[in-house]
Amino acid sequence: MTTTTERRQVHSAEEIDAAMTRFASEIRERFLGDGPAAIVGIRTRGLVLARRLHAALEQQTGAEIPFGTLDITLYRDDLSTLGAQPIVGRTDLAFPVDEMTIVLVDDVIYSGRTTRAAIDALLAYGRPSAIRLVVLADRGHREYPIQPDVVGFEIPTTREQIVRVNVRELDGADGVDLVS
Amino acid sequence: MPGSPSSPPLAPAPAETDAPLAEFRRSHLLGLEGLSAAEIQRILHDAAGFKDVFTRTVKKLPTLQGKTVVNLFFENSTRTRTSFEVAAKRLSADLINFSVSTSSVAKGESLLDTAKTIKALGADLIVMRHKSSGAPHFLARRLPGVSIINAGDGCHEHPTQGLLDMFTILEKKERIEGLTVAIVGDILHSRVARSNVWGLTKLGARVRLVGPRTLIPRDFNIPGVELHYDLREGLDGADVINVLRIQRERMEANLFPSIREYQLMYGITEERLAWAKPDAILMHPGPVNRGIEVDQSVADGPRSTIDEQVTNGVAIRMAVLYLLSGSLASQRSLDR
Repeated sequence: MTTTTERRQVHSAEEIDAAMTRFASEIRERFLGDGPAAIVGIRTRGLVLARRLHAALEQQTGAEIPFGTLDITLYRDDLSTLGAQPIVGRTDLAFPVDEMTIVLVDDVIYSGRTTRAAIDALLAYGRPSAIRLVVLADRGHREYPIQPDVVGFEIPTTREQIVRVNVRELDGADGVDLVS
Repeated sequence: MPGSPSSPPLAPAPAETDAPLAEFRRSHLLGLEGLSAAEIQRILHDAAGFKDVFTRTVKKLPTLQGKTVVNLFFENSTRTRTSFEVAAKRLSADLINFSVSTSSVAKGESLLDTAKTIKALGADLIVMRHKSSGAPHFLARRLPGVSIINAGDGCHEHPTQGLLDMFTILEKKERIEGLTVAIVGDILHSRVARSNVWGLTKLGARVRLVGPRTLIPRDFNIPGVELHYDLREGLDGADVINVLRIQRERMEANLFPSIREYQLMYGITEERLAWAKPDAILMHPGPVNRGIEVDQSVADGPRSTIDEQVTNGVAIRMAVLYLLSGSLASQRSLDR
């Protein structure tokens, strides 16, 4: 039996740039200023987007903003059902998370399980005053009651489809693809 | 301290992209002889992620929730058993320490019957130490659906010790390939030495086995391994000195004349440490016979990694439990 894969770009590099600019203003207005705040990227593509946002925010505010990296592999709740184990990455939070507003950044939100794992991972480091979620693409099909605070694109999908965020740092060019 | 910073980067460095690391699809960890270099590198890589956890306020992960790990030790061991116990508990597994001395084994129950009973109680992973070489292999063939981890079998292998030694070398030297590692002591009876030899040579180190002629097997024909009976020659230019514990019963078996003579010939003193490279590290699997195989000042000195090896042992064992539990899941899904 043969299967065919269709890959279609649904958002361009320019649209991603515009979304990131909007993210920076929203984060600045809504989450920075009420006490200490940090930007934390979820590996792997959320981390790339977080780095861009962090650079833009530091440039705009002229302030040093703590930045962190979160690997959520060990907090996944589906490990026992997976075959080969996901490669364990490193978390790097070189600042105390207690009493901080943590702005979590990810590329895609789907079931909500990754975000739940990220919240668990953060809580292993302390007790933030708030955790906010910024995602580039929301493809629906949530399994947990988790909603992002800031969203770039709403992309209607079927469960069988895949939303792939490409970033120039890893993939050579920016773009959001829908793979059917 | 709440929310303390994470430790500085370790080698092997974590990949920010989807790293080209090997998948780990083994059901058991019986020795390093049977693993590929890529599989060993995968375990070492993941262990670095697990060591990160030690810096967190909450050092517990939900990774093995619902899994049962059984420590089945037919030989006395405090360090290895406790290390596996800490590793399993940090991964949220249920842990059973099966004490052989108070079990039906003391009444003559066979190894297989004991293990079958443990499987029937719901064990997912069995960590096993046994005085007979090959005992974990025997169980692995007869207990489908349970992962067996060799925690030392006779004079054969002690793979997690070999892995934690390699992890410690990587932390200190940031590489293994091209290093010269001198393993000093009773090579003949040492499962630690065998696992080190297999693992280190696969990752490109040169290994020197150093000790009395009576305690070095002559049939160690592995490329990259040299035999030395003179300590000075064995340590000359070494990057790593891994000293083995001398078992007093070997002396009673007349394999060397006396503890005193062994100490004079092969004991690592400050002066002899200088025969190796100036930045050489000193390792020991513990427990140390201070003043015999290693002088007190060397064991407690700045080049000693003995305490770090203990810490790293937990990270390695967490990685092994994690990786094998995934293989177990895939094996079970095939069974369904």
